[in-house]
This record gives sequence, structure tokens and C-alpha cells, in this order.
Amino acid sequence: MAAGPAPALAAAPAHSLRAGIIDALIAAFIALAIAAPIIGLRTVSLEGGLALTTRWGAVAIAVAVVFAGRLALTLLWWPRHKPARRDSAGRRLLARARDSGLAERAMLLLAPALLIFAIALPATPFADRYVLDIGILVLTYIMLGWGLNIVVGLAGLLDLGYVAFYAVGAYSYALLATHFGLSFWICLPLAGFLAAMWGLILGFPVLRLRGDYLAIVTLAFGEIIRIVLLNWYDLTNGPDGISRIPRPSFFGLEFDRGEGGFAAFFGIGYSSDHRIVFLYYLILALALLTNFVTLRLRRLPVGRAWEALREDEIACRSLGINTTATKLTAFATGAMFGGFAGSFFATRQGFISPESFVFLESALVLAIVVLGGLGSQIGVVIAALVMIGGFELFREFEQYRMLVFGFAIVLIMVWRPRGIIASRTPSIFLKERKSIGAESVGEGRG
Amino acid sequence: MSARAQAATAARSEPAALAADPILTVEHLTMRFGGLLAIDDLSFSAERGQITAVIGPNGAGKTTVFNCLTGFYKPTEGMITMRHADGASFLLERMDDFRIARSARVARTFQNIRLFPGMTVLENLLVAQHNTLMRASGYTLAGIFGLAVYRKAERKAVERARYWLDKTGLLERADDPASDLPYGAQRRLEIIRAMCSQPLLLCLDEPAAGLNPAESDELNRLLRDIRDHHDTSLLLIEHDMSVVMGISDFIVVLDYGEKISSGSPHFVRNDPKVIAAYLGIDDEDAGTGGAP
Repeated sequence: MAAGPAPALAAAPAHSLRAGIIDALIAAFIALAIAAPIIGLRTVSLEGGLALTTRWGAVAIAVAVVFAGRLALTLLWWPRHKPARRDSAGRRLLARARDSGLAERAMLLLAPALLIFAIALPATPFADRYVLDIGILVLTYIMLGWGLNIVVGLAGLLDLGYVAFYAVGAYSYALLATHFGLSFWICLPLAGFLAAMWGLILGFPVLRLRGDYLAIVTLAFGEIIRIVLLNWYDLTNGPDGISRIPRPSFFGLEFDRGEGGFAAFFGIGYSSDHRIVFLYYLILALALLTNFVTLRLRRLPVGRAWEALREDEIACRSLGINTTATKLTAFATGAMFGGFAGSFFATRQGFISPESFVFLESALVLAIVVLGGLGSQIGVVIAALVMIGGFELFREFEQYRMLVFGFAIVLIMVWRPRGIIASRTPSIFLKERKSIGAESVGEGRG
Repeated sequence: MSARAQAATAARSEPAALAADPILTVEHLTMRFGGLLAIDDLSFSAERGQITAVIGPNGAGKTTVFNCLTGFYKPTEGMITMRHADGASFLLERMDDFRIARSARVARTFQNIRLFPGMTVLENLLVAQHNTLMRASGYTLAGIFGLAVYRKAERKAVERARYWLDKTGLLERADDPASDLPYGAQRRLEIIRAMCSQPLLLCLDEPAAGLNPAESDELNRLLRDIRDHHDTSLLLIEHDMSVVMGISDFIVVLDYGEKISSGSPHFVRNDPKVIAAYLGIDDEDAGTGGAP
């Protein structure tokens, strides 16, 4: 494993000391340049405006830490691990994991373990309302990630406006339920259907575009939907949003106090947690449905055509595959699950406004898919846990939350450039199922 | 075969007109890219159940002809007719590329191999049977509920894939990603992938490019086998003379987008115009043969 020619570099200690100090000075200078404005200057609000205070002592400490740390690394750590810069710690770890096949075996157990954990979570003692709320949030993003994975991961079409379908689903349910009094269970398929229709409407004009161009148009589409929702006051109530959206019922039993409620029917004491637990299992079921359908589709000709499209569109056409129709089905299927998730969001919140459907949501879902590994179902789960759950965990870091969070994402991408689960599982095999390394799998160019 | 070859020798300039049962007829095909005339008024036909080769020096317009036949280019002028044995005929210049593959049943391979690199060999062969499987899966609806109809169709598709893998010695590699195969095997895989779509006409764009002599022989055996034992006629572009002369029943020679000769391998090999333009005989030899 450690194939690096170490002795040659460790041979000249005097020279390496000088080089190390120069290197550390450069690092310290960079640290100074960065720390001076960020750490050194601090705004304080006074009566009548903002004022600046300086903290040069803190800057000096930061620069000293960088200098000493860099020097220590150069002298003590890196010589033993040369060539340090080429063979990073992450890459070595990765290679070791790949060689032992440990990661693969762990993966086989991971999915059932996560599933059991997800089903058992509400019954565990630490599952208070806060934990369940986070669970619901994570599952919503897992479902969105799985939906987008069909479009981006399987068909290789970069969609930056996925939140549009989420919005269509949410508003479909909210409007149908508040105006026509339709129940959640009737609205759910309708919302999915309407979102899929929007997927087709978006799909028709843009599918001749490829790669970056497709990404820009989908981005614009996402914004158009949001701006229409914001300005079509008569229908959507504009920025005020839609409130008092009906909650879902348990086979006709409402989760409320009194006669005919869920608690009264089963003869148990009323608790506001019943609804939360119900919502938790509802989104779990919806997410698992998404996963089940996606896995099923992958083994069907349409799923294989999606993946073939990602690999080579021209070859697909030469084999008689209607690439336009294939792309449209991918768009519509992804959009449908986005619509389901949207109508769940509306019923959980009870209130929706265009504020909830900003571009950041699209970016977050896309980040989950990319971080998890394009096309990987379990990767999306891990990434959603890390991104959404992790974001909650970092709450104690307060203002550094975004910083820590961003740093974590950068680290993951450096460690695994093709996502956490980068390998692809074949959809069919003759003798033995071998997973395919990321280096062979195409990323799709739209 | 010999009678047709003699006819070709006698007619010299227009032997294609004598084709008895053409599967493909190209008439007055012209392709212009801006000011560049890539193909100029080309007419030829390919006989059913035979191997027809299109040869010519670099830049003669061979691949452009293929791209017109398979719908990747829309020709500026001309008519391309595909005739099935049951009498159905298709005007290829008016059809979308995927419809040419699906309805007219013309399959093709590419000069620079185009596989699905991240999918296994077997998956590559199943994607080629997309339209058959799509129908069997009730356009996904029957498939998603796992109906027996679809499972049976998929088993049949795997059987067909296994047949071709066995024939080309790729059975052991069926579960490996296509990109892991050596170059020669990738070429073979691309050909059998096209065959899995059950074409009536298979267009091969330089199938022997980059193959060593042993692989080239193996390719010849495969192509002959396809011609003799399957309901598929072949049209191939080739640089490698050993392949062309060894297996072709009929050859069309292009130079600067024009047909300069056509006929049996024997006829073409001895045509002075072809020798001058392509086969690289010394200048004075070509001169004595009547240079163009």
C-alpha cells in the first residue's frame, strides 16, 4: 500500500527544516490574510448604528496556531507518509477500504439496519417530539432525494428546479383540500399526477437541450413556478400563503380531542404525539414506496433505458430507443414523487407559502443526491442523514453552523469525489452480481 | 454468386441495377455541409442476404453515407429505400433515427465504439432488446407488478443474449462492465448488441479497425455466420482490405463523395480507377491502367 519512496525525502533534515519553516511562513501569511478581516474585525451594534472593534490578539493566536501546526506537520507527520500531497490520508483510507471489501459487506447490512431503525424509532424511549420532527424532515428529504435520483442519477439529466414539482404537489393538495374539501388520500395521487404533468410540460421544450443548458432552463422553471405562486394572488393568496390546510386522517379518524377522534376510537388517552407518529409513518411509507418503485423500474426496460441514456444517448438511438419519450418518463416519474412529497409537506405544515420553495431547496436536494453518489439509493439515505440530521446536530455551534456544515461537505467530496456510494449495482446478472466502480459509470450530460 | 459477378464484370459501370432482390436501394443520395459536398449523387443497392461493402480512402464520405442511412443526418437530396422480405418498404430519409432502428430494422455500429461503459455486458445486450421488452412489460405497467408475461419475455431476452455471448466467446464476461473488456471484445460486443435488436440490415462502420489479424479472422467468421444463418444482410464500411476482399459479396468504391466503381471483389480489385484512387499501386501502374 505505502508505495511511496520515503527514504529519499527524509535524507536531508537540515534542508527540510528550512523548507518547512518557509512553508509554514507562507501558510501563516495566508492565515493572516484570511483571519485579519474575518476574526480581526468585529461589528458591534451600538445605539445609532454599527461600530467596529478589533481583535488583533485573536488574529495573532490564529496565525501562530497555523504556523506551528503547519511546521509540526511538515517535520513530524508528513516525512513518514511521503509522498504526502499525492497520497492523501483520505485516499489511502479509501484504497484500504476498497481492498478489504469491508465497505461492501457493511453496505449489505446497512440498508436493513437503517430500515429497522426507521421503523422502530417512534417506539424508542428517546423519541420525543423533537426527534420525530427531525425524523420526518430527514425522511422528506430522503424521499425528495430518491425522486430526484431518478432524473439526475439514473437518466443523467441535471435538474436544478426540482423544488418546482414539490411546490406543485404542495399547492395542489392545499388548493384541492381547502376549496373542494377533498381528503388527503384523494389529493395525494392527484398531486402526484399534476406534478407529473408539469414534468411533461417542462420536459417537452427543454429535452432537446443538453448538460449545462438543461440545468439553466430547469433552474429558471423552478423560479417561474415560485414567482407565479407569489403573484397569482387570486388563486394562491400570494406571499400570505395558504393556511388551515386539513390534516390527514387515519382511515377517516381525525387526530383530535373528543368524540370520533383517533384517541377516543381506540380508547386511549389523547396525545398530540399521535399525529406526529402517524405523520412519521406516513412519510416513511411514502419514501419506501418511492424506493420500491425506483428499484423496480431499474430492473425494467424503461429503467435500463434511463441508465443507457446516461451512458450514451447516440447509442440508444441507434438501438431504436425513443430518447425523447425516455427522458420524459424520467422527468415525469421524478416529478410525481416530488409532488407526493409536496402534498405531504403541505399536510404536515398546515400552512404553505412560496417562501418554502426557494432555489436553496432544489440545491439541497441535489446536494443530497450528488453527495450520496449518483444513482445510489442507500447513498441518498446516508447523505440526507448527514446533511439534514447533521445540520440539526450542529445547532450548538450557533453562528459557525454553516461553516462546519460547509466544511463537512467539502471533506466528503474530497474523500469521495463521486459521492459516498459511488459504485453501481447491475440490474441483472447471469452468474454473479459484481458492483461496478464509479470510474466506468457515466455521469450523463443531459 | 458467380453469375452475378460475371454480370457485374460485363456491365462495369452500373452493375447495381442488376440486383435481383435489393434490401436497400440508395438513389441519387447527396449530402452537403455548407459549401462542402460530402456525397455527390450516389446510387447503389445492397442485395438481401449478402455482405455489401462500401470502401474508399479517408474522407471519401463513407461514414456520411452511413449516417444518412441510419437517420443521424438528413440527406440534402436523394431517396433511401429499405425493403423487407414481406414487401413492406420504408423511406429512410424521412424517418427519425430511432424509428429506422425500430420499424425499418436497420441496426448500426460506430467507428469509435459506443457501448454503455458503466453497464454490464449482459445489460448492454438487454438494452438492445428495449422495444421487445417494453411491449412485453406492457409499457412498464405490467412489469412494475411483476407479471409473469414480462418475466418470461425477460428470460427469453437473456437467452438471446446468452446465445450471442456464447458465439463470440464473451459468456464468461457477461457480468463485467463493458468498459473492462479488451478492445477486440468491445468491438464484438457492439456487433452482437446490434444483432440483439434483431435487425434485417446491419450496418458496420469499420468493424475491423484496430483488430489484430487473429481477431480480424474471428470477426470474418462472425460476419459470415450472421449472413449465412440469420435473417440479416450486412453493409459494412471498411479500410482493412483483407476483411473486405475476404467476405464481401459486392463492393461499392467511393472517392470524394462519388461512386467510382462497384462490383464483385474480383472486379473492383482489378478496376484501374480503384487502384489509382485507393489500393495504392505504384503511380506508373495506375497510369498504364488508364488514370482518371
